[in-house]
Amino acid sequence: MLKIENVTKIFNPGTVNEKTALDNVSLELDDGDFVTVIGSNGAGKSTLLNAVAGAFFVDSGYIYIDDKDITRLPEYKRAEFIGRVFQDPMTGTAADMWIEENLSLAMLRGQRRGLRWAIHKSDRELYRIHLAQLGLGLEDRLTTKVGLLSGGQRQALTLLMAVLKQPRLLLLDEHTAALDPKTAAKVLELSDKFISEGGLTAMMVTHNMKDAIAHGNRLIMMNEGKIILDVSGKDKSDLTVDMLIEMFAKASGREFANDSALLG
Amino acid sequence: MGLLNALPGAVAQGMIWGIMAIGVYITYKILDLADLTVDGSICTGAAVCTMLVTGGMNVWLAMLLAMLAGMAAGFVTGLLHTKMGIPAILAGILTQLMLWSVNLKIMGKANQALPASSYRVVVTQLHKTESLIILLAFCIVLIVLLYLFFGTEYGASVRATGCNPRMSSALGINVERNKIFGLMLSNGIVALAGSLLAQYSGKSDINDGRGAIVIGLAAVIIGEAVVSRISSNFIVRLSGVVLGGVIYYIIYQTVIYLGLDTDLLKMLSAVVVAIFLAVPYWKKKYFSKPARAKKGEDSLNA
Repeated sequence: MLKIENVTKIFNPGTVNEKTALDNVSLELDDGDFVTVIGSNGAGKSTLLNAVAGAFFVDSGYIYIDDKDITRLPEYKRAEFIGRVFQDPMTGTAADMWIEENLSLAMLRGQRRGLRWAIHKSDRELYRIHLAQLGLGLEDRLTTKVGLLSGGQRQALTLLMAVLKQPRLLLLDEHTAALDPKTAAKVLELSDKFISEGGLTAMMVTHNMKDAIAHGNRLIMMNEGKIILDVSGKDKSDLTVDMLIEMFAKASGREFANDSALLG
Repeated sequence: MGLLNALPGAVAQGMIWGIMAIGVYITYKILDLADLTVDGSICTGAAVCTMLVTGGMNVWLAMLLAMLAGMAAGFVTGLLHTKMGIPAILAGILTQLMLWSVNLKIMGKANQALPASSYRVVVTQLHKTESLIILLAFCIVLIVLLYLFFGTEYGASVRATGCNPRMSSALGINVERNKIFGLMLSNGIVALAGSLLAQYSGKSDINDGRGAIVIGLAAVIIGEAVVSRISSNFIVRLSGVVLGGVIYYIIYQTVIYLGLDTDLLKMLSAVVVAIFLAVPYWKKKYFSKPARAKKGEDSLNA
């Protein structure tokens, strides 16, 4: 479904800040795969997701979705296939626009936007039904400005917007990292629900090893721009945090450096 | 009473500034870009209209072409900004400088007369009341058209572009194209205001646009202050912008009437706008509560 082939990305080439963020990475996802991505800071997790989303072009290698080469496709054109939720809850929604306006924008993801009226009466019914799934009471606040919502509410709304028009691929980039633990758990639960109900293919970057183990059917670990571990199926469900730390040390030859990955 | 007699004229002229300010509103408020093309494109609109009408063209057609000329100017700024990576404010300044030459070439010299006594025009200071009614109709049609447009799928995507470009890209919106389009729409409206200004005052002048962006911003700010408490409806907000232009011009006329040295008027406008722009910043910096005020602020049930 998604095929990443020998992708390399070097930031600031030729300067003292040169950084190989992705080092000849290859990865293939099957339909319905839900992959969690872990690794220490700067390992290339978010860079990998951004490369797929088209936030920048890769230096070499190819990216395919459903056998279509999207390597040189600009970000806004890839949006036809990809739904995204960002780490910062402010990034995924338009603060000055109403909840229903945000949803209507998301409804047309990857489609031609013409001179038809953006929101119809029938749409509102649909929006209410979808918002009710979040369990936050937002279905009664269609004409509330999104900027007035809390970070958690905005992130839940962003998640809904990412799946409102079924994406071929859902990219979750540490989308619960900026939320308090209770809110994070709720948003994760919603993510699971949308992914399983929609049979979506998804990648989720997380700092939290427990979450990485508990969610999805496959786990990859990254270090210094490379994928150093790729487990799925029963091997994955049998994983523990201790095993992951040990595997990290073995594969990378050093201790897992990030405390935040151990806590929580 | 000289001041009262001057009122219809001041309101008419203020409405022309108000139409221009609607153009400024589109870039400054909707697209979140400070576009200085305005100082040049309002003069372009005036120059094109003047030359075409004095050349014998129908005034309505001349206004349409003036508008297209303004859109071309916005297109240039848009290309400089999106395709050449130049910051919007600098892109606008560059286009504005280009337009100085362009406007001189259009007019052939620094100013041209467009006497209403010799040509058929839509508005003129010779018939203030009729002009006032026509300008009011212009404003209403323009505001309704913009209201309808920004309610469409494409119009909503333009608003989203200004509000959150990263989100817009992720939702498949072509941010660069929308910015170029917004700059074209804005400068088209500004040039339309320019063509009305030339007809109303009976001339076009290379200095017509100097400080226009500041007047536009003043109108936007005054308008916002007046109507923001009434309603956040788009029609009300745009009407507020026109009203802001009218209020600005009446104040301007009053200050002249009171005998202020007219050399100081531009200084006055700039200082007033600077203060109004600073007020929201000061409010945020010195009078707001800390961002993370209470525990559980982030909670889903907030």
